[in-house]
Amino acid sequence: MVGIVDYGVGNLFSLTSSFAAIGSEVVVSSDADILRTADRLILPGVGAFRDAKAKLSESGLDKFVKEEIGKGKPLLGICLGMQMLFDKSFEYGEYEGLGLIPGNIVPMEGKIRKDLKIPHIGWNPLFFKKQSKLFKYIREGDCTYFVHSYYADTCPDYVTSVAEYDIEVTASVERGNVFGCQFHPEKSGEVGLLILKAFLEI
Amino acid sequence: MITKRIIPCLDVKDGRVVKGVNFKGLRDVASPVELAKYYSSAGADELVFYDITASAEGRSLFADILTETAKSVFIPLTVGGGINTTDDFDRVLKCGADKVSVNSGAIRDPGLVERAAKIYGDQCVVLSVDIKRVGGSFHVFAKGGREDTGLDAIEWIKRGVDHGAGELVINSMDTDGVKNGFDLELLDLVCSCVSVPVIASGGAGCMEDFITLFQTLPKVDAGLAASVFHFGEIEIPELKRKMADAGIPARLNH
Repeated sequence: MVGIVDYGVGNLFSLTSSFAAIGSEVVVSSDADILRTADRLILPGVGAFRDAKAKLSESGLDKFVKEEIGKGKPLLGICLGMQMLFDKSFEYGEYEGLGLIPGNIVPMEGKIRKDLKIPHIGWNPLFFKKQSKLFKYIREGDCTYFVHSYYADTCPDYVTSVAEYDIEVTASVERGNVFGCQFHPEKSGEVGLLILKAFLEI
Repeated sequence: MITKRIIPCLDVKDGRVVKGVNFKGLRDVASPVELAKYYSSAGADELVFYDITASAEGRSLFADILTETAKSVFIPLTVGGGINTTDDFDRVLKCGADKVSVNSGAIRDPGLVERAAKIYGDQCVVLSVDIKRVGGSFHVFAKGGREDTGLDAIEWIKRGVDHGAGELVINSMDTDGVKNGFDLELLDLVCSCVSVPVIASGGAGCMEDFITLFQTLPKVDAGLAASVFHFGEIEIPELKRKMADAGIPARLNH
């Protein structure tokens, strides 16, 4: 069973539906005792880093997530949920992340050509940097759907794929049992569902 | 490189797709859910559902079909039609919409875009504008194109983007229904004034019109159309292949 960590940000309808579509049992909860019964976790997130991190901390779910990861449970952070896995974010200030993957979240503005639009919205092909368990059923060049203005400028050791947007934008990361994707697998059609399916099999 | 999006638009009334459609393998051609699944598997990059229902009962049917669609179609869904308040945003987002398109509602209440963007984020708010040439300038039309507001389109668009509209649907009433190509003059003007994604609408008659659009105006992000897709005049997989052959980034593997 997949546990979706519900800490009060974003709409979890599509994410829940996509797990249901691939035949997985799914529980959406903010209760650590319920989430503990899941054998893998999803950390979702949309909106601003500061607010999301504050809500995660207020609910005490930040500690819970770290404990479960420490026990070896696989976790997939999606979009802002991935960004929170890192050390710090520089979105409208400087905020501490969960520190599970080394690196910082920085604005794309100033790093990419001025004629490119921010947010980076749309379908972009993935270029593989390393093998990842998440890529079991997909091929290099498959497109996924992105919506974001900040990206993970991280230690290259943990980047498994990038998308090209003038710079190489971190698209997915993996460190032990901690996984993250900047794109939205629940909005990336068949390719996205195959990534979620691969996560279920880790 | 980000790919250019192809977006079919479905007009829905009382929970049924309005324009006639006839595809092989589709059991119910007027079912929005069936049609959405069909387009998703054909490689549509996004879908727009436009609710043209006026009654409360129709609204509730629309909510049902939207929920049903979002349970089985995993590409971005944009919903428009009858969006006048942030409660309307809430209503459709809860049913699984990813973005909400406002048109007349933003004209009636110019603060709507800003309020919605603050609550749901810029990426969620799509400003859709019906535009027609009047005299020597471009005017914004309201109520499905029936009423000239007298507003200058470029000023209106800039204002919307300043207030948080994350994407624009630019529908040219001059080219809409003519099937002679998109309104390149208008779209070029809009692209030169804003830095958010621009979705071109109105005028697509054949595949070449999409190729011309993206080759002439590389800043346009997406092309939207309804009847050419619904009547099978343009098959999306073939359109995508032609785009790729012409050197336009397109999502082929899906």
